Amino acid sequence: MHLDHTHHGAPAVGADARRPDGTRRALRVGLGGPVGSGKTATVAALCRALRDELSLAVVTNDIYTREDAEFLLREAVLPPERISAVETGACPHTAIRDDISANLEAVEDLEDEVGPLDLILVESGGDNLTATFSKGLVDAQVFVIDVAGGDDIPRKGGPGVTTADLLVVNKTDLAPYVGSDLARMAADAKAQRGELPVVLQSLRAGDGVADVAAWVRGRLAEWTA
Amino acid sequence: MSRSALLLLADGRFPAGGHAHSGGAEAAVGDGRITGAATLAEFCRGRLHTTGLVAASLAAAACLGLDVVELDAAADARTPSPALRTAARKLGRQLTRAARATWPSTELDALARKFPKGAHQPVVLGLTARATGLGALDAAYCAAYESVSGPASATVRLLSLDPFDATGVLARLAPDVDRVADLAAEAAGRAVGQGVDVLPAASAPLSEIGAEAHADWAVRLFAS
Repeated sequence: MHLDHTHHGAPAVGADARRPDGTRRALRVGLGGPVGSGKTATVAALCRALRDELSLAVVTNDIYTREDAEFLLREAVLPPERISAVETGACPHTAIRDDISANLEAVEDLEDEVGPLDLILVESGGDNLTATFSKGLVDAQVFVIDVAGGDDIPRKGGPGVTTADLLVVNKTDLAPYVGSDLARMAADAKAQRGELPVVLQSLRAGDGVADVAAWVRGRLAEWTA
Repeated sequence: MSRSALLLLADGRFPAGGHAHSGGAEAAVGDGRITGAATLAEFCRGRLHTTGLVAASLAAAACLGLDVVELDAAADARTPSPALRTAARKLGRQLTRAARATWPSTELDALARKFPKGAHQPVVLGLTARATGLGALDAAYCAAYESVSGPASATVRLLSLDPFDATGVLARLAPDVDRVADLAAEAAGRAVGQGVDVLPAASAPLSEIGAEAHADWAVRLFAS
């Protein structure tokens, strides 16, 4: 709901599509999912795939360290001023869903300091299958699971698997080693999600992050249309 | 005034960023100053009568309509630790956003314009109380209660403390919270005629030192 008085020039309060100066803000895409499923690696790969065609930035939500932000800095996927870390007080889902103020601040500061931006990726801290992003924070969300976390996760469902705008089943190259049945995971995901898209990816083989990057381009085309 | 607005503003689930802060409890747990319910109670009592009293009087004064720029400077002067000043402004900025979205008000809009990176949280809290039609004593109650409820819930996470014990600590502090809120509201009343310098300046040096050390921890659950 639009309760803001942005025409007075004060900072925005919520997810308004326009910034106080009237320009369109960046598209915000959230990436969530369990610990170790490959969220940060996917963010890094997306940055590499998109950074030459888009102006982008990343917000990480670490649980008790700055590991994720530091990984992205070390990998030099973006200049340091385009990466911002939010501290979540031991509750990553609170920071992306129930009390989004620190994350909103981070995305707005990035737009102010390194903008104009086309895209901001907001990465959640690793969490459980019920962790989803508030619509007040992101415009679309990706839920990242992996084959090594158990091939029954798509069947178990939960808000992340069922409602995310894109479900990514990561680390498909590991499937033979951990006894995961990719066909079953894809079928279960389809049953849970209906028409919502699913990408099975390995960042170490094949096309890597190309399908997810194409999906992001699609969202961006809708956002700027 | 609406008593329901007071409940909403004082609710720990009010989305203004407080969940990521421990009110000094994480530093105290790290130093071995909080080890269980008894030491949590002592920590909270000390915090309430120092940081809590100062915050409550600033909130009450803002609620009475004292100049927010002067109050913010008074808060700076009463917060020696740069890490705590940063945390207070961060929380103030987050509360400004939540308050403007919840209770649109020209005074809050003006505050957001004047302090785009945030004013001290107790000042914002007081102005928010004013925007909801609450009184100075209500604002003082909010700030005083918040000064101890934050550390108590953080300690549940930090020490796996029994949540009933932590809640019991807060319940037994209720008479102290009442007294601190009264003192704070009285001081704010005096400040209307005599200026912000008469507001309490009770300090807790160990909290300030602990906050500076905590800001350098590589691994921590809370931002402050």
